[in-house]
Amino acid sequence: MFADWPLLSLTVWLPILGGIAVLLSGDKGDASGVRRLALIISIATFVLSLGLYTGFDITTSDMQFVEKATWISSFNINYHFGVDGLSMPLIILTTFTTILVILAAWESIQKNVAQYLAAFLIMEGLMVGVFAALDAIFFYVFWEGMLVPMFILIGVWGGERRVYATIKFFIYTFIGSVFMLVALIYMYMKGGSFAILDLHVLKLGLDEQLLIFFAFLMAFAVKVPMWPVHTWLPDAHVEAPTGGSVILAAIMLKIGGYGFLRFTLPITPDASSTLDWLIILMSLVAVVYIGFVALAQKDMKKLVAYSSIAHMGFVTLGMFVVFQIWDNPANTDHSGAALAVEGAMIQMISHGFISGAMFLMIGVLYDRMHTREIGAYGGVVHTMPVFAAFAVFFAMSNAGLPGTSGFVGEFMVIIASFKANFWYAFLGATTLILGAAYTLWMVKRVFYGEIANDNVRQLKDINAREFAIMSILAIAVLALGLWPAPVIDVLHASVENLLLHISVSKL
Amino acid sequence: MHSLYLAIPLVALFGAVIAGLFGAVIGRRGAHSVTILGVATAFILSLIALKHHVFDGAAAYNATVYTWMVADGLRFEIGFLIDNLTVMMMSVVTGVSLMVHIYTIGYMADDLHNWPKESLAGTNAYQRFFSYISLFTFSMLMLVMSNNFMQLFFGWEAVGLVSYLLIGFWSVRPTAVYANLKAFLVNRVGDFGFILGIAAVVMYAGSLDYYEVFAKAEDMSGLTMSIFNGTEWSVITVICILLFVGAMGKSAQMPLHVWLPDSMEGPTPISALIHAATMVTAGIFMVTRMSPLYEFSETALSFVMIIGALTAFLMGLIGIVQNDIKRVVAYSTLSQLGYMTVALGASAYSAAVFHLMTHAFFKALLFLAAGSVIIAMHHEQDMRKMGGLKKYMPITYWTSLVGSLALIGFPGFSGFFSKDAIIEAVHHSDIAGSGIAYASVLGGVFITAFYSFRMFFMVFHGKERMDEHTREHLHETPWVVTLPLILLAIPSVLIGGFTIGTMLFGDYFGSAVYVASAHDVLAEVGHSFTSAIAFVQHGFAGPAVYLAAAGVGVAYYMYMLKPGSADAFIKTFRLQWLHTLLDKKYYFDEFNSFVFGAGSRGLGNKLWQHGDVTFIDGLFVNGSAKLVGWFSGVARLVQTGLLYHYAFAMIIGVLGLLTVFVIF
Repeated sequence: MFADWPLLSLTVWLPILGGIAVLLSGDKGDASGVRRLALIISIATFVLSLGLYTGFDITTSDMQFVEKATWISSFNINYHFGVDGLSMPLIILTTFTTILVILAAWESIQKNVAQYLAAFLIMEGLMVGVFAALDAIFFYVFWEGMLVPMFILIGVWGGERRVYATIKFFIYTFIGSVFMLVALIYMYMKGGSFAILDLHVLKLGLDEQLLIFFAFLMAFAVKVPMWPVHTWLPDAHVEAPTGGSVILAAIMLKIGGYGFLRFTLPITPDASSTLDWLIILMSLVAVVYIGFVALAQKDMKKLVAYSSIAHMGFVTLGMFVVFQIWDNPANTDHSGAALAVEGAMIQMISHGFISGAMFLMIGVLYDRMHTREIGAYGGVVHTMPVFAAFAVFFAMSNAGLPGTSGFVGEFMVIIASFKANFWYAFLGATTLILGAAYTLWMVKRVFYGEIANDNVRQLKDINAREFAIMSILAIAVLALGLWPAPVIDVLHASVENLLLHISVSKL
Repeated sequence: MHSLYLAIPLVALFGAVIAGLFGAVIGRRGAHSVTILGVATAFILSLIALKHHVFDGAAAYNATVYTWMVADGLRFEIGFLIDNLTVMMMSVVTGVSLMVHIYTIGYMADDLHNWPKESLAGTNAYQRFFSYISLFTFSMLMLVMSNNFMQLFFGWEAVGLVSYLLIGFWSVRPTAVYANLKAFLVNRVGDFGFILGIAAVVMYAGSLDYYEVFAKAEDMSGLTMSIFNGTEWSVITVICILLFVGAMGKSAQMPLHVWLPDSMEGPTPISALIHAATMVTAGIFMVTRMSPLYEFSETALSFVMIIGALTAFLMGLIGIVQNDIKRVVAYSTLSQLGYMTVALGASAYSAAVFHLMTHAFFKALLFLAAGSVIIAMHHEQDMRKMGGLKKYMPITYWTSLVGSLALIGFPGFSGFFSKDAIIEAVHHSDIAGSGIAYASVLGGVFITAFYSFRMFFMVFHGKERMDEHTREHLHETPWVVTLPLILLAIPSVLIGGFTIGTMLFGDYFGSAVYVASAHDVLAEVGHSFTSAIAFVQHGFAGPAVYLAAAGVGVAYYMYMLKPGSADAFIKTFRLQWLHTLLDKKYYFDEFNSFVFGAGSRGLGNKLWQHGDVTFIDGLFVNGSAKLVGWFSGVARLVQTGLLYHYAFAMIIGVLGLLTVFVIF
């Protein structure tokens, strides 16, 4: 029904303009009206973005829903939107998650409600813009723009060390992005275009590619985040309000992974193939090293933050293991590359659901107890049995239990990386043990055992609103785990096209 | 038949979902009615499927239920492979599950006592329990009915999940929630190997479908892969050993057996259903299903056999020193799983599955009987506080006797046939390790008989050692408890003799089990087989029967004729060290909790403190921030704000520049 609407523009601008409207209406002092308005805007955006799925043609890898207009003609910069199978699912993930975040703030945010909700709506529009932009500068504007609302969210609504955390977050990510901007300008000087698809076919020598590769790596590795540039994430999560953590984990990290697919691999295929060992190494360190570090955490949010880093290791592993899958002589039919990249994509989507759910759950506990210290809990199952059931469910998904979405991506990437090298699969598969160990050990300490203290004794089980949020996420996690085909089918054409593109050297 | 097959797991799932989500609405009676109805339906439908395949001779059924996804040309599907092996497993699983469902009504009737008053989790615990055991039945059915590796892994992990939930069912008990975490993690170590095995299958066979993979087995047996530089490993050996690591976790083979004894923290019905009769035999089932792969790797078969032999012998020994009634049965389960594994290693897959079936009945019986004793004893599990229960609990007594006789292989009982077949098969096997295995399984017979009757005598005979209050309340348990005991006692006696002819020496398994002719030890055993009765007579010619009798005799002497002579025996022969070694279970738990538990927590802490906090954040992140701060601090010193300082600096600068220009 939305077939001839400019869906992408609408999905970007509706929340941004809506956010401004929320901001302006905030002065009137009617918090519940503001909440309702924000919720309606986010739902409307989500419904609009569903049009991208229903109208999507899965048979083609071409950009769809393309909108193009001149923005700055002297530099050939365009207002240019379009999606393919790699970006469309992430846009829907963004609009979906924003609804939950607004719902989650219903009671826990009482101060500056309008500003808080407006920040999320504006950020939603900017993040959709990142996924939809097909002009590199246009992309860069959204990319940097979305840092601002997050910077404010952590800095204003954050915890005790919020200023340290938010500055660290900002500088870390900002330094990374500047190098990307330099690389983009360099390529513009060379090819005369900022259109991402033009950059894909721009001829570049190996030295140029290597420099551009590192420039992109600075930007995307920080965002993912990959070891060793991950240390901003635990701090940012710990200090961020619940909603901020959810968006950070569910969407922002994916932007790094998306960047590798949209920029690094197609623009610098030869550099990627030369340096794939570096990314694979960093990914496997993330899985193993970070898995152990997660085990040592005493703060629930830090634990889940580290778990996010480990899970994102599978994303980067899946994306960069493709060259060695092709090159391994023992892999006689050279198959498995598509499995790896699609596994990485599924892992991103699934991680959006699961990490979002994990942070929302920590938020539920924090709202009641005002602490995230694992040691302050114990025996919560006795006072919040319904909540505990959800917690065990999401913990199991986080540990990659088959039947939940957490399994799909890990399984695909492990199978695919076995085709490159036994030891990649071996190290990657340690997540089966480590992931279960840190997640379930936390569940044991927080939920099981005798009621630890009077604070736990006073806890009230989740209300209808919280139940609704948890249920929606649980259904999403189960649906993707039991039948991933509808999502996988969306990816095929674009992934095949990407792989075809990077299998040809630019030299 | 497709919809019938589909209905079998789904009715069990239906019961689980209703009891789990609407437990509070439908109440206790509603929950146990709906789940029992579901499992009973599944049982009846399984029997229909059994008849269809076994008696009507229907061909193996292999079909897809739905396509999970297709990626990179690889089909991931949910589908069923129903043949004689499957229908037997389905019937055993649903049958034992039905008995356990009925039994649970009695066992969990006063479960509220197990929860603190303030616990809201305790209010619907009864309904939740029924939901879990039905969910388990569903998962186990999906596991055995699978026609591909992915669904196998689904079922594999799903039964692990339910096992986790049920071991930790009494979530208020620290020991229970320790045991369930341990069980899940140890199983994950097995699954780690399992998933790598599946990855290897995908790489070298290019498919997840059983039949397609089996068709490639012979090709794969010629391939090698390099794991460490310069070493070449046979692909099929690597695949088989990796898959077997999964079986070691699930079927509790050494050294991944450590979770099973602790799993006894869960309620007794699940010890019977999950940790004795069905889930722990998943590994045995899996290897049997994969026989077309294992037959191409003698290395893997030897590995399987030696692991099984060690488990059968060493775990049985521990059973001797246990005083907790459930733990004795648990160690006996470990030991019997070892027997099945030995049979797998000897390529006597049919014998392994045959023992799996008889064991499912008599071990479920023994566990449920132990549970019956525990109910009567007001949840006392220490056998030193029991004794003389025979006159109070006649049904439990007689059914326990039947179970114990079946376990030790009393001639004519089910266990006799299956265990003797394994011993004979190992005797005929000539792959590496079969000598050790033969000695182990024979030694195991004596040990099994000894600890089984040690337990039997300590519980039902001798002095009444319980306190007065407990003794006054002793009485036989209600019919919902004793009925399953009686119903399980019947197959414990009869099923072996009735089915040995077809299952072991007939063509029961047909194409489901593949044995290379060079390994076909059962055919050799079968040469002399004419009938079950002749098999019993033949049994008296071997040492096993006499070893079992000796075991019972020694137990009778030590615990009936001369109570206390066991301690004297230890003292005279200075065997205290052995007793301590067994009592400490060979120090596996200490080793694991020190090396893996404390070790990995310590490593995590070190990596975090030194890697993240000190090195990355301290040196680079905050270090570079400090560097900027230091630099600007230095630069700030120059900005004094005094005009003559600036003027002075300007003059110096101009002079300097002039010098430079003049000279160069």
